[in-house]
Amino acid sequence: MGDAELTDEQLDRFARHVNMLEIGREGQKKLLDAKILIVGLGGLGSPVSLYLTAAGIGKLGLLDHDSVELTNLQRQIVHDTSGIGRPKIESAAEKLNLLHPGTETVLHSAGLRTTNALELVAQYDIVMDCTDNFTARYVMNDATQIAGRPMVHGSIYQFDGRASVFMPGKGTPCYRCILPEPPPVEVTKAQGGPFGVLPGVIGCVQATEAIKLVLGLGTPLVGQLLGYDALEMDFFKLRTKWDPNCAVCGENPTITEIGSDYVFEEPAPLKIGPE
Amino acid sequence: MAVTISIPTVMRKLVGGEAHVEAEGATLGAVLADLEAKHPGSTKNVVDGEDLYRFINVFVNDEDARLGGGLGTAVKDGDTVRIMPAVAGGAS
Repeated sequence: MGDAELTDEQLDRFARHVNMLEIGREGQKKLLDAKILIVGLGGLGSPVSLYLTAAGIGKLGLLDHDSVELTNLQRQIVHDTSGIGRPKIESAAEKLNLLHPGTETVLHSAGLRTTNALELVAQYDIVMDCTDNFTARYVMNDATQIAGRPMVHGSIYQFDGRASVFMPGKGTPCYRCILPEPPPVEVTKAQGGPFGVLPGVIGCVQATEAIKLVLGLGTPLVGQLLGYDALEMDFFKLRTKWDPNCAVCGENPTITEIGSDYVFEEPAPLKIGPE
Repeated sequence: MAVTISIPTVMRKLVGGEAHVEAEGATLGAVLADLEAKHPGSTKNVVDGEDLYRFINVFVNDEDARLGGGLGTAVKDGDTVRIMPAVAGGAS
């Protein structure tokens, strides 16, 4: 947008932001100029994509290689019955374009692979981790650390969720600082779920954090892990630490590119992109 | 020294369904050993011999213990311990 003023339509559409002291026209322009990549258009990606679109984010990259299935509709609210059998990125884009035609949706149909992660991440300002497997999370963490982009993390299981913001560089924790290794398959074998509305809560937290980062408002969840226990309706914040020995963001990183050594055993089939 | 351990939902069936368990000990290791004694098998995916497993997080007074004192982290009466297993779900 550069120095251009907001159009009349934008002043109307985003009036509730523009009339907030903390946001105003300048803040709304920042949102309209922002470019955010959403990795995963499922349970988390649904509220993330909807709220980032509603906020007027200028460009949203949509990355997911799955198609919509009936079982998704219990929680993946950006899709609907008409989308069953269609690629999730197309189904999502259709809904998002109706919500705010001014948000450009970019459909990354090749899916996430180790060979394209860095190049994809470099096209955006912020990356939203809305994936469903450890491999993708490690790939995206490493790519964002190497490319120097913040990543907004969200993850869920059954009735529990967590969210955090990983800034690039030394001094603040990334995903690997917190979790140097993924759990073995037998530990994380799926036991049903997730509770449908759970990713709605965590996805909204993620969207909130992304918007705060764009606007430079408030305190992001950096060095903090937000935990959510839906059954107890308990939100809690835990302090996470930077690991100077971290393989990707430590004093002497050993991971400086996205190689091929990311295949972990998963409880679900490895979903990192089509071959 | 009674410490309150917050048990994640996925582990509650290992501790009789409780969300919080009181345990005794002067270090994180001792507290987790007491939890194991009270509920055998409950820490099988938390403690790996002399250390915490690298795929789980434990917070003492809301601070990540792995990059602090590990199992040797000192605890006192009234402290809190929270076990947080890694979870990956989110897209499907």
